[in-house]
Amino acid sequence: MNKSWGWLKSGIILGMSFLIAVALVKPIGVSTQYVIADCYIFCQLKPELAQVDTSPDGKTSYSSSNAYLDKSNGKYVKSSLNLANYGFVFVLSMFAGGFLASKLGGPKVDKEESWVPYVWQENIGSSGMKRMIGAFVSGFFILFGARLAGGCTSGHMMSGMMQTSLSGYLFAAGVFVIAVPLAIIIFKR
Amino acid sequence: MNQLILAVLIGGSFGFILHKVGATNPTKIIGFLRLTDLHLAKVILFAIGFSSLLLFILMYFNVIPTSHISVKSSYMGVIVGGAIFGIGFGLGGYCPGTTLAALGAGRKDSIFMILGGLIGAWVYVMAYGWLTETMPWLYDAIAGGKVSLAQTGNESYPALINEISGLLVAGVIALLFMGGATILPNKLRKI
Repeated sequence: MNKSWGWLKSGIILGMSFLIAVALVKPIGVSTQYVIADCYIFCQLKPELAQVDTSPDGKTSYSSSNAYLDKSNGKYVKSSLNLANYGFVFVLSMFAGGFLASKLGGPKVDKEESWVPYVWQENIGSSGMKRMIGAFVSGFFILFGARLAGGCTSGHMMSGMMQTSLSGYLFAAGVFVIAVPLAIIIFKR
Repeated sequence: MNQLILAVLIGGSFGFILHKVGATNPTKIIGFLRLTDLHLAKVILFAIGFSSLLLFILMYFNVIPTSHISVKSSYMGVIVGGAIFGIGFGLGGYCPGTTLAALGAGRKDSIFMILGGLIGAWVYVMAYGWLTETMPWLYDAIAGGKVSLAQTGNESYPALINEISGLLVAGVIALLFMGGATILPNKLRKI
């Protein structure tokens, strides 16, 4: 059942993926794309959040009534209005990558844990509802924190420490100081 | 267009690899955080050291342009945001990226992690203006902001260690990461 790679092979190949990304394009990052998806959805409801202006000399500029979306000349607005961009297609392709990996040699996800991972079943129970709420709350904290920090595991921790960015080490310290004791308290088995 | 093909190839490979190394499995992530199954810790430490060593060697020989790197800013919010991230990470066992590949691989609880993530990110977007006014210290730069430990050769990002060549500094750090990955046992705690 366990078709995962060993730690050394995993480390080499995972490292190569981060290296190839920076060699060909730019460092891997994921959490920004949640904002792009949000802006795509919510900016349709409130058009003042995504403003597009064309100056007389034909240059297009992007801005927003929201201070965060307006940052860096409205780059988030620009990407959300044109989802066929590198960062967004990158994260969409990750779904396909995960799908192919589970089909091509596995490991397959057992049916028994497709909604509730084993570690959750053993410690909290097999209630799908509890896991859905837990996953939702966990996602909320993760992305709120990642946006405050300006990146997540891939952007700060992996790509960041690969470049010896100070921010990568600071982010990792913040994460593990909380996540390690919390996981030990919540999950006893 | 070329960029989009690269996005599909690199993003697809990344999702594939995250699943194969076990990072899409919350049981493996929680085992790592509980220190009872350090497989992923060894993988991540080695991956960082290995990619960093090759990156600095290839930048040194001008194979990888230093303009490709992107050093993120250091400020108080990086630490506080990391801690808030840690709450969700320790509770759910997913990251923003691993949950995407996990959904592709058939972990349906990822749908709720992603929904929660979309809402969390949006609440931050909405709260940003208020946060900058009421808690400006969150955005105070640390050690100059966009800084690295080792000299990268990219002038946009000053280095904190300038007396020694960047390749040497990054190389030593990389070897510490790879060495740490090698000597780290498979578990630090039982059960």
